[in-house]
Amino acid sequence: MTAQNEKDITAPRKEQITYANVLSIGAWAGIAIMTLTYILYVTGIIPPHVDVNLIVDNWDKGVSQYRHITGSPQGWNWVLLLGKGDFLNFVGMVLLALMTILCYLIILKGYLVRKNFTYAIICILEVTVLALAASGIFGSGGH
Amino acid sequence: MVALAGALAAGPGLLRRNLASLRLALPVALVASTCSIGGAMLGLYLSSLDPDIVQVCLGATIVGIAALLTFSKNSELPVVDKQDAIGLALGMRGAFKDQSSGNIVEWKTHRTLMGLIMFIFIGVLAGMFGLGAGWANVPVLNLVMGAPLKISVATSKFLLSITDTSAAWIYLNKGCVIPLMAIPSIIGLMLGSLVGVKLLAKTKPKVIRIIVILVLLFAGLKAMDKGLGIGLLG
Repeated sequence: MTAQNEKDITAPRKEQITYANVLSIGAWAGIAIMTLTYILYVTGIIPPHVDVNLIVDNWDKGVSQYRHITGSPQGWNWVLLLGKGDFLNFVGMVLLALMTILCYLIILKGYLVRKNFTYAIICILEVTVLALAASGIFGSGGH
Repeated sequence: MVALAGALAAGPGLLRRNLASLRLALPVALVASTCSIGGAMLGLYLSSLDPDIVQVCLGATIVGIAALLTFSKNSELPVVDKQDAIGLALGMRGAFKDQSSGNIVEWKTHRTLMGLIMFIFIGVLAGMFGLGAGWANVPVLNLVMGAPLKISVATSKFLLSITDTSAAWIYLNKGCVIPLMAIPSIIGLMLGSLVGVKLLAKTKPKVIRIIVILVLLFAGLKAMDKGLGIGLLG
């Protein structure tokens, strides 16, 4: 087997390379943003919403109890606290949590162009599931 | 969140090396991520009752899977004589150059329907325990569907970037993520995952198998130790 044949056989599909490239940009952007916002948070340059001592004293509590004691928000209400050092860190985390949806939307276009409807439908369904999860419909109500 | 971040960092390297397969990952991810939403909600409910229940269940499950992998044969390069119709239709096949041996390894799946059904349970477990379900993904991809161990490990890692996204949103929306602890863990795991991808490509499948079993055993026993309050493993 020639080197060129080897390369042809083992080469990833086009959509796989596209997905990898978009994901790579998002991952590195996430690392950079989280590093920056965490430094701003722990150095106290931007004061937090929840005092560090209060976190340490209560992080072994159940979810609803912890949230009640610390006054932490549910759903997308963290957006209202972006001016606080601790919740500013959500920007990087949310970027990471959105990356998969973005990658799916980009490869979806390729599947539609190539008329690969099986994978196009899989992409649409997956984006729907992830968008529903992100919307807070499943996770922001009740305790 | 930490499991998701590690998978996102590892994903590009695994996809470019053709170790993680998008064709293999997308269908199983749809099943698993849909079910992980229900699992995450169940996990939150169980945690509110008694967090130790979740820990003990998790530990017992992982130890069981480690035992399964230990006693399985041909797990490094499973023999798949004929691809089933679903696997064929979904294009679940590929090839990669194993850098540890220099060989080109061509692979395809079988028992795809059974694998997809098992990913329903994996999705629930992944969401419920709030972590990556690599300990469940790898055995199903490898032992049930017949993907080589390297492909299974790599695709499983990439798969977590999809399945854990839905669970991560549940936890984010519930206010369960504490940045003080989460951010250093996320950054550390992302950087570690970048190194791990390079090691995976060069390591012999036999060594990977042993590492997978040892890590599973340790993780399982530690979770059981914590849940039962023994305190033997710290």
